[in-house]
Amino acid sequence: MTGRHVVVVGAGPAGLAAADAALAAGAEVTLIDSAERPGGQYHRMLPEAYEATDPAVLQHGYRSFDRRSRRVLGHPRCSWWAESSVWALERRDAEADGPPLVHVLRGTPRRRHVLEPDALVLAVGAHDRVLPFPGWDLPGVYTAGAAQALAKGERLVVGDRVVVAGTGPFLLPVATSLLDAGSRVLAVLEAGRPGSVARGWLRRPWELTSQLGKSGELLSYSAALGRHRVSYRMGTAVVEARGDGRVEEIVSARVRADWSVVPGTERVIAVDALCVGHGFTPQLELPVAAGCELRRGPVGSTAGSAAGSPADPFVAVDDDQRTSRPGVYAAGEITGVAGAPAARAEGGVAGWIAAGGDPGSRALVTLRRNRDQGRAFAARLALAHPVGRAWPGWLRPDTVICRCEETTYAAVCRSAGDPTSTEPRVAKLATRAGLGPCQARVCGPTVAELRRSTDTGPGPHHRPVAEPIRLGELARPPEPPPGPATPSTHPDSPTEESTS
Amino acid sequence: MSPRLVPVGSDPAGRRDLPLTITVDGEPLTGVAGQSLAGVLLAAGRPAWRRAPSGAPRGVFCGIGVCFDCLVTVNDERDVRACRRRARDGDAVTTQSRAPGDEQDGRPAR
Ligand SMILES: Cc1cc2nc3c(=O)[nH]c(=O)nc-3n(C[C@H](O)[C@H](O)[C@H](O)COP(=O)(O)OP(=O)(O)OC[C@H]3O[C@@H](n4cnc5c(N)ncnc54)[C@H](O)[C@@H]3O)c2cc1C
Ligand code: FES
Repeated sequence: MTGRHVVVVGAGPAGLAAADAALAAGAEVTLIDSAERPGGQYHRMLPEAYEATDPAVLQHGYRSFDRRSRRVLGHPRCSWWAESSVWALERRDAEADGPPLVHVLRGTPRRRHVLEPDALVLAVGAHDRVLPFPGWDLPGVYTAGAAQALAKGERLVVGDRVVVAGTGPFLLPVATSLLDAGSRVLAVLEAGRPGSVARGWLRRPWELTSQLGKSGELLSYSAALGRHRVSYRMGTAVVEARGDGRVEEIVSARVRADWSVVPGTERVIAVDALCVGHGFTPQLELPVAAGCELRRGPVGSTAGSAAGSPADPFVAVDDDQRTSRPGVYAAGEITGVAGAPAARAEGGVAGWIAAGGDPGSRALVTLRRNRDQGRAFAARLALAHPVGRAWPGWLRPDTVICRCEETTYAAVCRSAGDPTSTEPRVAKLATRAGLGPCQARVCGPTVAELRRSTDTGPGPHHRPVAEPIRLGELARPPEPPPGPATPSTHPDSPTEESTS
Repeated sequence: MSPRLVPVGSDPAGRRDLPLTITVDGEPLTGVAGQSLAGVLLAAGRPAWRRAPSGAPRGVFCGIGVCFDCLVTVNDERDVRACRRRARDGDAVTTQSRAPGDEQDGRPAR
């Protein structure tokens, strides 16, 4: 029995595995997710009202996920807080060593709670990154993740003549879900050149075989694309979307390794929806609020070449998934984009250690090995699918960069060249980029990259309020959480799961 | 064509469709229980329902609550992300705009 209270934020593959391992180590667990059902982005579940008789057909590895989520949610020492958002983490005074206070809004109507855990596991995942291009703000242009979430999560397809574009293997499950749901996918356009994709994937092939679940999945997606005769074109990007009030056609173009457009290769394709994704952005608000150190991600460029953009930061963790803040652990996409199997392995390590489990436990050896293989996979992903440095060549002076405030490319360039606005806060005020409702979640990485040469201060993730809260909710005093459960006296070992 | 639900009869996940009705700016729209408000709006042929400061139309972009493009007012509750809120029978949805001159400004309270 460890008797520790571990709060896990996020019930995706990483958070569920963390809760599972922390329970196995004997801790009392509060598992918090803003969604109604567990699963996160990967194991997105259909609404209960659909009463689906065969939800397993919609995703890989459903059965082991289902087993795990029943085990965790039904565990006597687990409190499952669905529809609950962590909106702030409050660091205790400098002398106190423990994790921060966890501020939660729970249920509808939302009630305010403050938790004081012995350990905190952050597993809040990532969201799509989309590079801007003229017309990307037209209705009918979706992130690849949005199309996936709608198809997998509520059986809605975004259109009947769809192009899926951007970079990375995630485009494949998105196209497959659209096909399965009866859409016509006209093409999957991968901006990466065959050379760099192949170099990234085929270097050290034994690392791929260790991610058999993942490569099996990729093969099944490729087979689906083949069956439906969807053309998969590499070295091709969508550089413009056009339409009157909604997307009606797109312009694709061949791009070089640095993603500069090859003149004369533009092609117009009539569509009713466009799905775009250029990788993922980790949701770093909570880790930053907790004071966790960040690190640069695996460098997205082939060594020696200037093809890749500088990589986004992620949460820095040690071999035990510890962050730089005492009592705070991180797992899943916020530590690196490596897919669900790696997220599960990281969660298993984080939960076990956070609960005070024996760091020398045998089962940890396997989890750590899976985790390390996941990290190798992440590095290859970054290597195979770098964002080319020349993408701003797609932009026009009037292209919207910040969707909320409609800041244009010209305005961002002007402020980047203005010596009085090198400080990011000043630049924000001058251009209004990042000041709208989304608070730079979407444009942050783009603006940071466009201004990379001048910025020095805190990045786009420095946001004291992670989720919007109404003033009335803030004014009410927090309510006490339900009393602690009785911890059991029999620690097991952290459970592993197959990577399928 | 517009976004649409996979027909219930051919859905391999085997779901049931329990109809519901919401109003959007007073106009009734039908959906099925479990859909998000965004899902109901999209499937009803409305790819956009909010206006950016310039008046440009906005609907769903990220689908997971990150971009705030899909904000609506639901039963007098402002700034609800339509992609994250399940539709309930009888919900009265009003659209929001940040365009100057329009009555409302879709800025969430913080
Ligand atoms: C929209 C989308 C769809 C995706 N679909 C697929 C797919 O079909 N196949 C695939 O291979 N990969 C998919 N991915 C990639 C996916 O991110 C990973 O494969 C995997 O889900 C990562 O696991 P995770 O546990 O790190 O994070 P996630 O699965 O993202 O889980 C994070 C959880 O944290 C919760 N959360 C976040 N912030 C808070 C907060 N402040 N308070 C409370 N809860 C919070 C979220 O609701 C979420 O459930 C998708 C990514 C996105 C963005
Ligand atoms: S579509 Fe992005 S928040 Fe709803």
